[in-house]
Amino acid sequence: MNKQEFLQKLGQQMSGLSSREKEERLNFYREMIDDRMEDGLSEEEAVCAVGSVDIIAGQITEEISPAETRQPTKRRLKAWEIVLLILGSPIWFSLLIAALAVVLSLYVSLWAVLVSAWAVFASAVSCAFALLVAGIVFLFGERKLTGIAIIGTSLVCAGLSVFLFFGCKAATKGFILLTKKTALGIKHCFTKKEVA
Amino acid sequence: MDLQLKRGLLDVCVLAAIQDEDSYGYKIIKDMAPYITLSESTLYTILKRLENGGMLTVQTVEHGGRLRKYYRITQDGRKRIDDFKEDWKEIMTIYRFVTKEELSHE
Repeated sequence: MNKQEFLQKLGQQMSGLSSREKEERLNFYREMIDDRMEDGLSEEEAVCAVGSVDIIAGQITEEISPAETRQPTKRRLKAWEIVLLILGSPIWFSLLIAALAVVLSLYVSLWAVLVSAWAVFASAVSCAFALLVAGIVFLFGERKLTGIAIIGTSLVCAGLSVFLFFGCKAATKGFILLTKKTALGIKHCFTKKEVA
Repeated sequence: MDLQLKRGLLDVCVLAAIQDEDSYGYKIIKDMAPYITLSESTLYTILKRLENGGMLTVQTVEHGGRLRKYYRITQDGRKRIDDFKEDWKEIMTIYRFVTKEELSHE
């Protein structure tokens, strides 16, 4: 192998490096070969003495600092991928928006169920109070039996509201926890992607 | 050998190879050959690290119709060699302690 072939092959195998870095390294090896030739070796011998391209390329990958080795793994989008992304944006972007809207609407409807449960609780409480007042009024009026019946209904409402309160509270707690977990999960998903 | 230790030792070796006069890649490898075998890619990495650390400067000089890079040691580079000599005294003291311990256990 002559010098030119060696440098060309080496250049091809240093794909992880920036073009400036690549050029600098190739110049370094060119100088090494030239110096060996000046020292009396033939071109073939000088290239041989520098070592095999595969071994050198392997050493370069091994020896470049961790910061440099990590760079190529942080994959950049290729030009055609960017073009495809832009060209396809009317399709994927609208689909993405639709998917997000579905997820959001599901989330909102879950909250709506929760809010309505609390509304039932609130109405049970207000019913209990209103019926209690009405019952007392009836009790001191002429229809005592009706008054007792209304107070009884009020007590039923009050009991129901106690049950509803605990149910709603547990549901809200669970839902908030679920929201937190989901948010953390999404965040974790994205941070993981950055590291990889 | 521990990678960090080896790296530090090689840095000092290369600095020592240019401490008396400016030198170039092939000459550095040749001068070091009787003591330590160094591959081109390793030397490149060391020279780059030393240059970035301000231990040496690089001059491109025309030589026989082509360009050759000469490496010149800086004040920081010389200090690094002095520090290494000081550190080594300490390491040798530790070494003596470690080996003596081994002897007494036998």
